[in-house]
Amino acid sequence: MSRYALLRLLTALPTLLLLVTLSFFLMRLAPGGPFDGERSLPPEIEASLRAEYHLDEPLPQQYLRYLGGLLRGDLGPSFQYQGFRVRELIAAGLPVSLSLGLLAMALALLLGGATGVVASLRPGSVLDRGLMSLAMLGISVPSYVVGPLLVLLFAVLLRWLPAGGWEPGRWSDLLLPVLALALPQIAAIARLLRGSMLEVLRQPYIRTARAKGLPESRVVLVHALKPALLPVLSYLGPATAGLITGSVVVEQVFGLPGIGRYFVQGALNRDYTLVLGVVLVYGAMIVLFNFLVDLLYGLLDPRLRRA
Amino acid sequence: MAEGLWPLLRRDRGALLAAALLSLLLLLILLGPLLSPYAVDSIDFDADWAQPPQWAGRHWFGTDGLGRDVFVRSLEGGRVSLLVGIAATAVSLLIGVAYGAIAGYFGGRLDELMMRAVDILYALPFLFLVILLMVLFGREFWLVFVAIGAINWLDMARIVRGETLALKQREFVLAARASGLGDFAILWGQILPNLLGTVAVVATLTVPQVILTESFLSFLGLGVQEPATSWGALVNDGAREMERTPWTLLFPAGLLALTLLCLNRLGDALSDALERGAD
Repeated sequence: MSRYALLRLLTALPTLLLLVTLSFFLMRLAPGGPFDGERSLPPEIEASLRAEYHLDEPLPQQYLRYLGGLLRGDLGPSFQYQGFRVRELIAAGLPVSLSLGLLAMALALLLGGATGVVASLRPGSVLDRGLMSLAMLGISVPSYVVGPLLVLLFAVLLRWLPAGGWEPGRWSDLLLPVLALALPQIAAIARLLRGSMLEVLRQPYIRTARAKGLPESRVVLVHALKPALLPVLSYLGPATAGLITGSVVVEQVFGLPGIGRYFVQGALNRDYTLVLGVVLVYGAMIVLFNFLVDLLYGLLDPRLRRA
Repeated sequence: MAEGLWPLLRRDRGALLAAALLSLLLLLILLGPLLSPYAVDSIDFDADWAQPPQWAGRHWFGTDGLGRDVFVRSLEGGRVSLLVGIAATAVSLLIGVAYGAIAGYFGGRLDELMMRAVDILYALPFLFLVILLMVLFGREFWLVFVAIGAINWLDMARIVRGETLALKQREFVLAARASGLGDFAILWGQILPNLLGTVAVVATLTVPQVILTESFLSFLGLGVQEPATSWGALVNDGAREMERTPWTLLFPAGLLALTLLCLNRLGDALSDALERGAD
């Protein structure tokens, strides 16, 4: 088992390196630079600024310098936010982004799971068809459409909740963003789980469990649900990626101070280090989640450990 | 294979409804703007913020803050979104089919290497690279769909590879090889025609994904640029003004959702039918 885990971890590292390398050179090959402001700086000042940030060195040397910094846990200075380190900026925004993402993930698993199981119990029934039509709608309406519509309904028309903004500790601020972010994933998980439950419920051992006289709730929730969760588990990797990309727009729609806003704004301002830092954090989260999923998979399905 | 799908699909009333709605939407998007006296960027100075339905001024969906007709703009946005959707799907289809068919057909170490690369690419948060690409290299129209197509070919490659692996064992391929045809002649003449059914199904499911990606980029202000517009750009504009003119959000958002819904429903039914047909 530990060898399996180690192997998985070893394949995760090159992925991150590839991501950082691609992003680094993509940004540097693009026209423009961090000091192209409205007013152009006098050449001497710009030259000394470039020297200060080591932008005058050849590109490969800058790349190695950046990687060296990463090894020491240093993401470099921000160009746009003078005097701040990228690490500080990300540390300030990450709690907001993480609460948003984790809450949305939890909601998606709970609601999506419940919906999927309920729908699978009576396939073809009115309830099943209704739920699955809703789920189909859910995967068709993206977060950035759901978000504004939720604001329109709950904040503008009903005036129940704030339209956006963020005050530390006021959890009602997170309610609509979490819902907007989670809805497409709720729908995806519900569809996935319904399908795999239907498959499992057809198996002979389920008939055996029923024949033994076990209560139906136990048959469904223990015997059937456990194996049916495997496809959902492997969907968690893509779901994480979806939640992260979704959070970039959801943070923008609701004006949340997470790290998503650094990404687009940072790229527009050529804040190289800030963008790389955010890409790295996002990439690490996706890789970490994929890794955890692989581990869990190995635990649940011993056949895979040898692979 | 493709003609075998129809009898299976015919019984699915939901899918037929989706197909009918989709045709209607297409017709509306193509012909709708001709019905209206307004152009995409024409400004009606007598009617800004006009609330729909405004029959007298012929602004059926109202106007936005600049007095531009929401009906015409929603349909024009749809035309651009669908165009990008189809073009990007074509790009992903080209890359995915070529990649998957070559990996599957030649097999062995090449296949292993190529599929390992796909695994690694799968783990990358690609959308972020596309966002970087769009931000950094200007926002040219062709770049939008090439970039989106370039990240959406992985599923296609995997499915086509699997199909090709199965196809190359079939008698007609063996016969073609025995009769002395070269590898590429077999790929082109024997394998490719038999992949069409599967490819069509995957493409149907790729189009809505691609439209989603495009509108995501446009929503961030990175996709299609003014004066051109797309559903994503319209939803973005509408969201900013939703307290004053909610219709500028509701109409494009509704059309976008309806189109994606129909495409997803149809794609689902097609892949179900294909699966049942294979059994």
